[in-house]
Amino acid sequence: MDSMQNMDLKAATLEYVTRLGDDSVVLGHRISEWTSNGPFLEEDIALSNVALDYIGRARMYYSYAAELADDGRTEDDFAYLRDERAFRNLLINELPRGDFAYTIVRQLFVDVFNSLYLPRLMQSADKTIAAIAAKAIKETQYHLRRSRDWTLRLGDGTEESHQRMQKALDALWGYTHEMFELDALEQQLVEAGVAVDSTALKSAWRDQVAAIVEEATLTCPEDSWAVRGGRIGYHTENLGHLLTEMQFVHRSYPGCRW
Amino acid sequence: MANDTMDLYEVFIRSRRGLDHKHVGSVHAEDQAQALEYARDCYTRRSEGVSIWVVKSDDICASQEDDSESFYDPSDDKPYRHAMYYQLPDAVNNM
Repeated sequence: MDSMQNMDLKAATLEYVTRLGDDSVVLGHRISEWTSNGPFLEEDIALSNVALDYIGRARMYYSYAAELADDGRTEDDFAYLRDERAFRNLLINELPRGDFAYTIVRQLFVDVFNSLYLPRLMQSADKTIAAIAAKAIKETQYHLRRSRDWTLRLGDGTEESHQRMQKALDALWGYTHEMFELDALEQQLVEAGVAVDSTALKSAWRDQVAAIVEEATLTCPEDSWAVRGGRIGYHTENLGHLLTEMQFVHRSYPGCRW
Repeated sequence: MANDTMDLYEVFIRSRRGLDHKHVGSVHAEDQAQALEYARDCYTRRSEGVSIWVVKSDDICASQEDDSESFYDPSDDKPYRHAMYYQLPDAVNNM
């Protein structure tokens, strides 16, 4: 491999880990909105733990991105000093907190996805990425245990919890397609052995989600619509509001330490 | 969901291999499996444990404050129940 291609690979890897960091920080912030608003104390703490897992994951990806960028930026620059259009997270992560059913269904979708994605990311030719995935998969196994339990509990719960869960499934289903799409950059990284071919995960994801959804007496929606755009910086209106809150302190008091 | 519809579970954690489980607190949960998860989330966040037990609080039969006279006072004047009450023959050395 000549040095020009190496440069490209490095730049592409930087973009890739930034995407993964964006997914983590945006979802982590969303889940953190339950802190002090949880349905009861134990669940409040449990959800806050999940949020912290994601924020920790974002820090690892962003730190590596900063290392690859090698231009003086730190993890904080990636999290706090980029605008909406520069964020490359999948849209499902930025959607509002919603009610508890909505949060659980989103977590179920993302957790099943991560439980398939991370073991493959552990095989990445990039050792740092592989190490981050190895740490994250343990968290995800626990997250999935929680989201699966809650899906069964609420789906097969009361009439109201069942109906809220079905409504959330229907509202979120169209955002799941984007998880299994590869653009040219990720395709290149798949070929280089760095990235995961997420297109190959779709049928396993569907099977696993469908099994849980059916056990919960719920119904998987039809594929009647799909929304995409997160990976090219086209976001829903929700991300701007999220970033406003998340980035406010850092932008108002640049470099502030306490 | 309100806590009054949920059961209370007592949480016991073994902090290291070889040590006993110690009572650390309680959690509300719908069932045992959920209680175990909440115990993990509420009491092992700083890697305090290697093993967790949860027991429904209702299933614990506890002594009452009122019982203390009849339970504990009678042993106050029975020092012979302590090993240190006895003088060992030198031949026994360390028992």
